[in-house]
Amino acid sequence: MAHTAAYRVKKGLGSFGFYLLLALVLVPFVFVFYYMVTTSLKSPADLVAKDFVWVFQPTLDNYEQVFEQTDFLQFALNSMLVGLGSVLVALVLGLPAAYAIARYKAPKIALLVLSSRITPGITFLIPLFIIFSQLKWIDTYQALIIAHLLVTLPMVTWLMIGFFEDIPQEIIDSARVDGASATRTFLEVVLPLTRGGIAAASILAFIFSWNHFMFSVVLAGRMTRTLPVAVFEFMSYGQINWGAIAAAATVMTIPVVIMALFVQRNIVQGLAGGAVKG
Amino acid sequence: MSLTPTKEGTPPVARDTATGGSASRTKRSDSKFPTKTPTPLTTRQRLSRFVDRHVLGIYVAPAVAFISLVMIFPVVFTLFLSFTEWFGSARTPPKFVGIDNFVQLFQDERFLLATGRTILLTAGAVTAQTIIGVGLAVLLHRQFVLRGLVRSIVLLPMIATPVAIALIWRLMFHPQLGILNDILTRIGFAPSDWLADPNLALLLVGVVDTWEWAPLIALITLAGLAALPEDPFEAASIDGANGWQKFWHVTLPMVRPIVVVAVVFRLIESLKTFDVIFVMTQGGPGFQTETLNIYAYNVAFQYQRLGYSAALLIVFFLLVLLISSSMMKLRRPKEK
Repeated sequence: MAHTAAYRVKKGLGSFGFYLLLALVLVPFVFVFYYMVTTSLKSPADLVAKDFVWVFQPTLDNYEQVFEQTDFLQFALNSMLVGLGSVLVALVLGLPAAYAIARYKAPKIALLVLSSRITPGITFLIPLFIIFSQLKWIDTYQALIIAHLLVTLPMVTWLMIGFFEDIPQEIIDSARVDGASATRTFLEVVLPLTRGGIAAASILAFIFSWNHFMFSVVLAGRMTRTLPVAVFEFMSYGQINWGAIAAAATVMTIPVVIMALFVQRNIVQGLAGGAVKG
Repeated sequence: MSLTPTKEGTPPVARDTATGGSASRTKRSDSKFPTKTPTPLTTRQRLSRFVDRHVLGIYVAPAVAFISLVMIFPVVFTLFLSFTEWFGSARTPPKFVGIDNFVQLFQDERFLLATGRTILLTAGAVTAQTIIGVGLAVLLHRQFVLRGLVRSIVLLPMIATPVAIALIWRLMFHPQLGILNDILTRIGFAPSDWLADPNLALLLVGVVDTWEWAPLIALITLAGLAALPEDPFEAASIDGANGWQKFWHVTLPMVRPIVVVAVVFRLIESLKTFDVIFVMTQGGPGFQTETLNIYAYNVAFQYQRLGYSAALLIVFFLLVLLISSSMMKLRRPKEK
């Protein structure tokens, strides 16, 4: 395995070139987030400075402004409640469905669940808006939870089909031989075995409910507005300055990034509707 | 009466990534379980037996009922509305107008331009993110220090709240406050209006979409690369193929099916892009970034023309269906 000096130099240069290329490619991805966080920590003087200020005295004033001049915590709580509610209902509806689809091979039903991905969201929004107006449900949590189920239910179902398919058939068969009913097998054998998968699916569905924008634009009001819509409106109505908007964007993004770290391996799967195991 | 696992009963350990999972599913025969000797049954037992016999139906029913209520009903309702004129008022019910909405739609310049823009934006952005994404996947598909960290960084754009992302990009594009004009002037160019420039706005929306979603194509392709067998590469090496030839003639054809799946998903989502456009430009300047989804939103919720917007949505839906299903055909020849 004696390499010539020339080979080693070439190899070394090759890997230097690789790291250089990698660094260049990563710059745009990292920079946007760097820009978001640094902007949120800048004083108004640094923000409006004619040239971009690279070195500055960080201040938390922008964060103070967000929490003092807006109902940020209320909006965060709204997002949390809508997310938790829609994930919980999605689990109740989606887990048995995903199990049945995985066990008894019903790809047509699976496709039906996925078809929500193809249909433009406004198609659902118009009838939902009309119905919720009739019921006087505009600006209520239940209306938003039902709408966000259109995001969380397909996500939970599709991810869980994959996890349920991975359970060895023998385990289910032996539970059945022992006389357990299908439902007991599902509740006491299958669900505990897929705890990890359920956690991943729930976190992922929560992230996408938290990030969702369009339904809340139309269906939420002053009381139930979710965070993305609220932060967008901070800007449109010029309630707070750009530094504070960056601060609000940072606070809104941090929980998502932390949660994403736990479900890294499942994110691609969730986004590609279970078509791909990432 | 067979309880022994048949060969179909063995767990599908890894779903076939190339065929998209659902296509390979076959009918299974284990839905019949033994019914024992007829001893008198309690109601509970009877119920349990009934559930056992109809597991598929009963387990799927709640989800299907919900989907029918919240998804299928809206689609049918939209279809109905598309033949009416209605402004959402309870006092004046929808008035049947036949196919007037559709006729009007194809004479509506704003609709036709929005359609063109939607197709242009999607074609441009998805092409760009496919090239960048596959390139990125090839780059990440080798062992190096901090590989895990780099993969996490690549995930960030598509997982971060789109509204936050769009706001930050909007700030970067800001003519006075943003960093981009700062860079431009520093290297000796004239500052740009960026999103306020009618000739530039749509392109910039595409840039942001590409930034956000090239990682998805990269990670899906990466999963495909990881599943490739070694043999063809060894054979190509023996035949004296260089790195580029191996990539073009061996790697690419083998990952093509999975890249097509990724592209189809991006096409569907990209055609429906809403958040980024709504937050960055709201369709402006003028209507320069108004895509079908934004126009549909405006017609429905700004102008309250629910019948007309329903017709628009039907056409939009057919467009999404047409484009995504014709793309799916691209991967057929590679299958058995």
